[in-house]
Amino acid sequence: MSKEPIGCGRPTGAVVGESAVPETAQNENQTEEQKMVTAKVGAKAPDFVAPAYYRGEFTEVKLSDFLGKWVLLCFYPGDFTFV
Amino acid sequence: MSAVAANYDTLQKLGVEVISISVDSQFVHKVWNDQELSKMAGRDVPFHMASDGPGNVGRVYGVYDEQAGIELRGRFIIDPDGIIQAMEVLTPPVGRKLDETIRQVKAFQHVRASKGTEACPAGWEPGKKTLKPGPDLVANVWKEWNPKEDS
Repeated sequence: MSKEPIGCGRPTGAVVGESAVPETAQNENQTEEQKMVTAKVGAKAPDFVAPAYYRGEFTEVKLSDFLGKWVLLCFYPGDFTFV
Repeated sequence: MSAVAANYDTLQKLGVEVISISVDSQFVHKVWNDQELSKMAGRDVPFHMASDGPGNVGRVYGVYDEQAGIELRGRFIIDPDGIIQAMEVLTPPVGRKLDETIRQVKAFQHVRASKGTEACPAGWEPGKKTLKPGPDLVANVWKEWNPKEDS
């Protein structure tokens, strides 16, 4: 995998374990958003890459790197909020 | 997130990796860990704290609030095959209950270990009765399982 600088959080456009470019021909009329897979219970999770803070280091985290393990993915409103 | 950090050992024993994610930068995550979370959890946050400033990841998971520019409390349990087995989404003012997440993880792990031959009825906890779906169980759940004992 090529080493890219840490960018912003971004979905790869694929589900975990699959290539970001599907084999089916890209429809030119589709917008970027329409091509994105969305999360559905019972289906493969949309893969993503995001910058992260992890044990004292700034790094990147990629969901598909955790294939083979159980993952708890938790979104929350913001750091320093009260709940 | 402090509750998850404080109970991280329980999740590790279950083989669960945690990723937290919000619109805050990784730099703010560090300060939040250093100044507050580590004091609440009694330890440094042991999992990846991911940053999703533009909300791109939150959008594909259906939890990004465009009006407020924040992410709702979306919790996803993803199995080793990458399949989302459970999700829960709360608006900001109410926090999650980690015990319920752990219960669900244990139940999904039990089902997976049984290769889908067993199912966990409402309120199931480890050690309680599971159901074995099949022709003999049709219309006979009432003989096998009492909902009053499992609430």
